[in-house]
Amino acid sequence: MSLQFRVEKREQGSALFRALATTASVFTALFVAGFLLLAAGVDPAAAYLEILREALGSSYGLSETLVKATPLIITGLAVSIAFRMQIWNIGAEGQIYMGACGATWVALFSGLDTPLMLPAMFGAAFIAGGLWASVAALLRARWQVNEVIVTLLMNYIAILLTDYLVYGPWKNPDGFNFPLTAQFADAARFSEYFNTRLHSGFFLALFCALALYLLMERTIWGYQIKAIGSNPGAARYAGMRTGLAIFLVLTLSGAIAGIAGFSEVAGLQHRLQHGISPGYGYTAIIIAWLARRSALGVVIVSLLMGVLLVGGDSLQLSWQLPVAFAYAFQGLILFFLLASDFFINFRLRRLKETADA
Amino acid sequence: MKKLCALLAVLALLTACSSNEQKPVESAAKPAAEKQIKAGFIYVGPVGDAGWTWAHDQGRIAMEKADYVQPSTFIESVPEGAESARVINGLVQKGHNLIFTTSFGFMDATLDVASKNKDVVFMHCSGYKTADNVGTYFGRMYEPRYLSGIVAGKMSKSNIIGYVAAFPIPEVIRGINAFTLGARSVNPQAEIKVVWTQTWFDPGVERDAADSLLDVGADVLTMHQDAPATLQAAEARGAYVIGYNSDMRKFAPTAFLTAPIWNWEAVYTKTAEEVKNGTWKSQQIWWGMKENLVQLAPFSDRVTPEVQQLANEKRKAIIAGTLHPFSGPLKDQSGKEIVAAGSTLDDGALLGMNWFVEGVQGTIPK
Repeated sequence: MSLQFRVEKREQGSALFRALATTASVFTALFVAGFLLLAAGVDPAAAYLEILREALGSSYGLSETLVKATPLIITGLAVSIAFRMQIWNIGAEGQIYMGACGATWVALFSGLDTPLMLPAMFGAAFIAGGLWASVAALLRARWQVNEVIVTLLMNYIAILLTDYLVYGPWKNPDGFNFPLTAQFADAARFSEYFNTRLHSGFFLALFCALALYLLMERTIWGYQIKAIGSNPGAARYAGMRTGLAIFLVLTLSGAIAGIAGFSEVAGLQHRLQHGISPGYGYTAIIIAWLARRSALGVVIVSLLMGVLLVGGDSLQLSWQLPVAFAYAFQGLILFFLLASDFFINFRLRRLKETADA
Repeated sequence: MKKLCALLAVLALLTACSSNEQKPVESAAKPAAEKQIKAGFIYVGPVGDAGWTWAHDQGRIAMEKADYVQPSTFIESVPEGAESARVINGLVQKGHNLIFTTSFGFMDATLDVASKNKDVVFMHCSGYKTADNVGTYFGRMYEPRYLSGIVAGKMSKSNIIGYVAAFPIPEVIRGINAFTLGARSVNPQAEIKVVWTQTWFDPGVERDAADSLLDVGADVLTMHQDAPATLQAAEARGAYVIGYNSDMRKFAPTAFLTAPIWNWEAVYTKTAEEVKNGTWKSQQIWWGMKENLVQLAPFSDRVTPEVQQLANEKRKAIIAGTLHPFSGPLKDQSGKEIVAAGSTLDDGALLGMNWFVEGVQGTIPK
């Protein structure tokens, strides 16, 4: 006897069904990960409580979760606005680096002071990230060059360019030749709150989410983006300038990712150095996907991701589980979330056996 | 399907029963008679890297032998930069009173957490910033590097020696220079070719770099990386190899010659003792072979007795203070004299070293 299934597209499910499916997938992942914990000799219930306690149970943990979510929200928004138009910006990682470089250049060499310094850094990061993405945007809009390839490969260039700057011309002259820029002056730093590392970047991220929500849902431009994304041919037929729109959206996507770089250097690192983003640009792709390209969704998923990343540390700290465990744990949760995404959109239908089987 | 479910359930039950559950680390406390040391370690790589982090972990385990040291905690593969502050703070929250941060990139985060936790002692490896409760520690690895250079210079037939190096920072540059000076002190024809990998730990990239050096004729390799990939490359291609960090001979049983290695126990045990006695003071530790923080691993039998004897003599001279690898005359790559005969580079110049000596083929980004 053989089981055969066919994949069928599902009718648009209700919001309740979607929410239930997503929640169920998280619990399934926790259930499966529980076996791993048991095998390592750790009580899963205690471990999960510890993760929650670590990430949400104290003002410190909570603040760290928000700090972690900040770059994820901004970058998730950046990626999702391009996704809306079926433009795949895989280059947010590089755009973060370029934004950080732009902001650092202003912070170290412009000689500005409060109140102009931070706005100027913001502007430089916005422009640097946007310019970086505009290369891929121009190639895509004008000559149909695949933006996935171009944005991805430009990540490596951006990271190496940052390395060049911190190893070379921007190296702190008083830093014993270590590859770090000088630390920023106070004027170039975000305020911190509640005696934690929670900084203004988090509120900047929420502001970005609101602005993009309004742009996408309340303006004609936002409507055009969605229209072009769902049917470029029809949009062009309706008189929309699709090439220009693609160029502008991908450039804007890069500019927003650049803001994340600004937020990281002004709020957290207070200098430019190697490896300022441990892959936020790639995590943002998953976030944008799970959030279904909605601004509010990006904020929620980023916060969940923050809990996962901050709480994941506690597995090592409290039980001395190897770091591979935290990776496996995060991987399982993402795997089941993506699987639920599949089952929300598709169903498996059992095929009737044929007579001669 | 039912069978499968039943099987899974049984399996789950078995796993649940057979596992003796670990308790959270914080509850495993000994009764406190005198000041107990509860140490925490932040590692940049995985404990299983067989190199840098592994060597630190050996030191941690050795430190635990003292009866006033409680079981210590380590967190592995912590990203450098601001990210690490949260992890360091986590150790403080769990009641650790002595924290070692074992990579340069943890410097700012260590200082940051330390400024808010004055009653905890922090030791940062390889940095240059200190505070009342933050000391630094590092070793004069250039001493055994110089000795390993002598071995490489004697053992090379092609006079091309390959050096797989992580980042162009002073620590790495100093090692390359010392190695080159050692090699050329016995073999003035030797050229040291440097390939930068821009990573501390990436076995694939390290292996590619090592292969590229073998491709251009290197017959002895060495490296400044955390993984043993360079040793495996040399073993596979029949070249000689000099390890680093820890005695890595098991990765290259026939190619291995020797290795400059770390003995972190020297710092860890002494620091724990000082903190226990209340005599600890913030200082910048930079110990050499004399204090046994750095060593040259035992030679393999590939190294001829004559070479072994030569290296051992030089080793004694360095420990006695009669030989300094960075004594003049020293020339840079362009042949310009940097250190005149009769004078020696001071520690400040060594710590910020940003130029290659004559005989190195490679560039430092400016």
